[in-house]
Amino acid sequence: MGSSSHASTGTLDKSRFANPFFTREGWLYFAILAVLILVVFPLTLDAFRLNNVGKYLTYAFVALGLVLCWGHSGILSLGQGIFFGLGGYCMAMFLKLEASSPENTAIQSTPGIPDFMDWNQITELPWFWAPFHSFGFTLIAIVAVPMILAFVIGFAMFTRRVGGVYFAIITQAIAAILTILIIGQQGYTGGVNGITDLRTLLGWNIRTSEAQFILYFVCAGLLLASLLLCRAVHVSKLGRLVIAIRDKEDRVRFSGYDVAAFKIFVFCFAAGIAAIGGALFTLQVGFMSPTFVGIVPSIEMVIFAAVGGRLSFFGAIYGTLLVNYAKSTFSETFPELWLFAMGGLFIAVVMAFPDGLAGLYHRHVRPHLAKIPGLFDRQSGRGRDVVAQPAE
Amino acid sequence: MNALPATEHAPKEFVLEVEALTVSFDGFKAVDDLSFYVDENEIRVIIGPNGAGKTTVLDLICGRTKASHGSIRFRDRELTRMKEHEIVHAGVGRKFQNPTIYEELTVFENLELSIPRGRTVFGALGFRRDQAVLDRIEEIAEFVFLKDHLKTPSAILSHGQKQWLEIGMLLIQDPSLMMLDEPVAGMSVGERVKTAELLNNIIKDRSVIVIEHDMKFVEDIAHRVTVLHQGKVLSEGSMEHVKNDPKVVEVYLGH
Amino acid sequence: MIGDYTYSEFGSILAMQGFAGLILFSVFVLMALGLAIIFGQMGVINMAHGEFMILGAYVTYLCSTFVSATIPAFFPYYFFVAMILAFCAAFALGVLVEWAMIRHLYKRPLDTLLATWGLSLVLQQTYRTVFGAREVGVSLPDWLIGSLPVTDVVEVPINGLFVMALTFVITAVVYLLMYRSNWGKRVRAVVQNRTMAGAVGINTRMTDRMTFGLGCGIAGIAGSAFTMIGSTGPTSGQQYIVDTFLVVVFGGAASLLGTIASAFTISQAQSTMEFFMSGSMAKVLTLLAVVGILMLRPQGLFTLKIRR
Repeated sequence: MGSSSHASTGTLDKSRFANPFFTREGWLYFAILAVLILVVFPLTLDAFRLNNVGKYLTYAFVALGLVLCWGHSGILSLGQGIFFGLGGYCMAMFLKLEASSPENTAIQSTPGIPDFMDWNQITELPWFWAPFHSFGFTLIAIVAVPMILAFVIGFAMFTRRVGGVYFAIITQAIAAILTILIIGQQGYTGGVNGITDLRTLLGWNIRTSEAQFILYFVCAGLLLASLLLCRAVHVSKLGRLVIAIRDKEDRVRFSGYDVAAFKIFVFCFAAGIAAIGGALFTLQVGFMSPTFVGIVPSIEMVIFAAVGGRLSFFGAIYGTLLVNYAKSTFSETFPELWLFAMGGLFIAVVMAFPDGLAGLYHRHVRPHLAKIPGLFDRQSGRGRDVVAQPAE
Repeated sequence: MNALPATEHAPKEFVLEVEALTVSFDGFKAVDDLSFYVDENEIRVIIGPNGAGKTTVLDLICGRTKASHGSIRFRDRELTRMKEHEIVHAGVGRKFQNPTIYEELTVFENLELSIPRGRTVFGALGFRRDQAVLDRIEEIAEFVFLKDHLKTPSAILSHGQKQWLEIGMLLIQDPSLMMLDEPVAGMSVGERVKTAELLNNIIKDRSVIVIEHDMKFVEDIAHRVTVLHQGKVLSEGSMEHVKNDPKVVEVYLGH
Repeated sequence: MIGDYTYSEFGSILAMQGFAGLILFSVFVLMALGLAIIFGQMGVINMAHGEFMILGAYVTYLCSTFVSATIPAFFPYYFFVAMILAFCAAFALGVLVEWAMIRHLYKRPLDTLLATWGLSLVLQQTYRTVFGAREVGVSLPDWLIGSLPVTDVVEVPINGLFVMALTFVITAVVYLLMYRSNWGKRVRAVVQNRTMAGAVGINTRMTDRMTFGLGCGIAGIAGSAFTMIGSTGPTSGQQYIVDTFLVVVFGGAASLLGTIASAFTISQAQSTMEFFMSGSMAKVLTLLAVVGILMLRPQGLFTLKIRR
């Protein structure tokens, strides 16, 4: 039992309670990741493979948001494809309008509108397409549109204390609704094929291999920046509060916090990050379609984060790369086995490795590395990147 | 205001005025037309048999349960219409029956998350751990006997220390009214004595409502005691008065 | 006159749409019944529920092929046997899944959701490997083919009527089982207070397993009935899972009556709107309305105020 008989020895030493952005260990992980995606991949992979990795990295944006939203805050969204897709569609609308200049579309019955509108007997650009002529507006819309939708969903649900499985099901239903809507409104959205045949960004041909190479670095750079942003949120008081909300919601509420506001913020934040990934996807792949919006892609994105470790930002990125690499390898060689593997992965991760790759690393690899003097911090205690498992 | 308590304490302003408070769950009235008044700097203990509605009363005051009828006035503000976090901002703190702390975090971090600064989303994003924060945490930690445990993960504290930590988490917000649900449950005799001392220090600046079963502890701390039975006030007054009230004796011993 | 139709024609169309809605209602109820037991009573999210239903459908398909090839004389009645076999198969798989997976995850409902999604992928691929990717249909016995004329213009298909009757019978059985039998009392006791139920001698583990198995078994029967009105493919189950969850949640998860009422509302709304707009927009609007209402009233339509 601690006794209070010790006289106060003056004020606390600030350095003992410092909360660094990254520990030395954290910076080491960051450097390894940066070297891997900025140097190793571009040097070792051919243009086609590198473009594929670039595509995977756009999913990693979603996984990063899910770590904060699901792992740390306990809010499982099965609708992250909505935000990924909306970001991607915003970008695609801009690119499509650029590709549909009156000169390029002179053979259409209504020149100057996207080809699929012409095919569907639409003779005028719909009002919600018009602002996407502006690149500035598009850049704002890519993040703003998904965040506004996330805010509406989050506000309606969290202020009424809806969470857990109900929230998951509702977000999944919204993903389903959006997919049906996009497919059904062919004339306005390009339907099931999506918005295709995107060529230039402000006159720059995005389909050349040099452009793809540059876009890869843009994507990788933004991903690393997003990682740092997520980390900044995580080490802030807000980052600790959302974990506290996940574990002891009532205590946080009765410590004077508006719990719903914090959940809404985290959900919107994750949506915004996912949307950036979606926009970069469109740029690198050259089209956007409803197949990236619906139930199946949304839940697959959750498994990327789960495989990497739902509590670790680094894990989420590695998990995304690994699952997608496995997926493309499998589906090239044994397409019929892929669903077995994917299904098995869901079950195995949940049943046996709830902390994913990051958990395995921290349990089995890191203890050995920590013995190397000077590699990590002097007093390398528990890895601050791994927050212990949710209580539920 | 009702006649009886008003004549007893005529000139004083009450911190908390609970009047005609009623809540029913599917027709079952857990709290039934309940009225009581808490003074400045008072330690009020609520006792009563299981199911008397003690915890529900605290739930109602702090907004966790919404009242069906009646009013709860706290320093002239009506609490029944306010949200939970607004009630906390108004100056009401509440400790739960089982110590509810963030087990993943250290004592320091537990206290830090309870500091009433950076309570909004963007305030929390911009919150900095500056010297004022450290000083305040140190002050409170010392007050609740946990100064040597600031770096300890709270999960490995003893049960009694967890209770103190939660009290500290309330104190750091400097509430005018603290509500403690069974604060000495699971404490050793020594810890109980220290807690009684702690409570007597606390009320220099505030009022405290305590729910407790330990009659020895109640006698040590209570200024006045309210006995609840089936959602109603059965008896109220000094411990001496309550102990000798035949209605109370019957409820506790009669069955 | 409404548009190009006379009133009597319009009435007939409404009646036919209404009947189409009733068939959809039957499918919803059959699927939702099993889900309402598993989700409503146990709080477990079974994303593979659709695949349990499809298992029942495939069992029925196998029966129909087997019977017509070996004992054609029995063919008119094979369906009743198929239905029982479908129940048994889905029940057995359900018990196995509960033992292997679900029982370890009762405290982690979100993880159950992910694990059962994984299970659904595995089952889908299994069906694809065994039965092929193409949809299969059963041939109906003669007595189920054709339609009954109600008026000169309104006709109702017999297989649809049969499915509706079946739905009614199954619902009644489930109701009796859950609310009038000892077993149902035990299930509800476990749901309300697991520790206490265990203390008074109820085998809570076995109750969980049987409840889960029963929910899956009912899904199997639903799949069996499903073959009477549509064909079956490996992913047919997934198409219904979101709608069915919405039906259960919308009805207030713990209420059987609520589930039925909400299945009725959603199916009628959808089929009526299909008359005025494209099928996809009707579905979008219906689901949007349901989600909207759930946002305003998250506890669903039929729930009691409970003490938290």
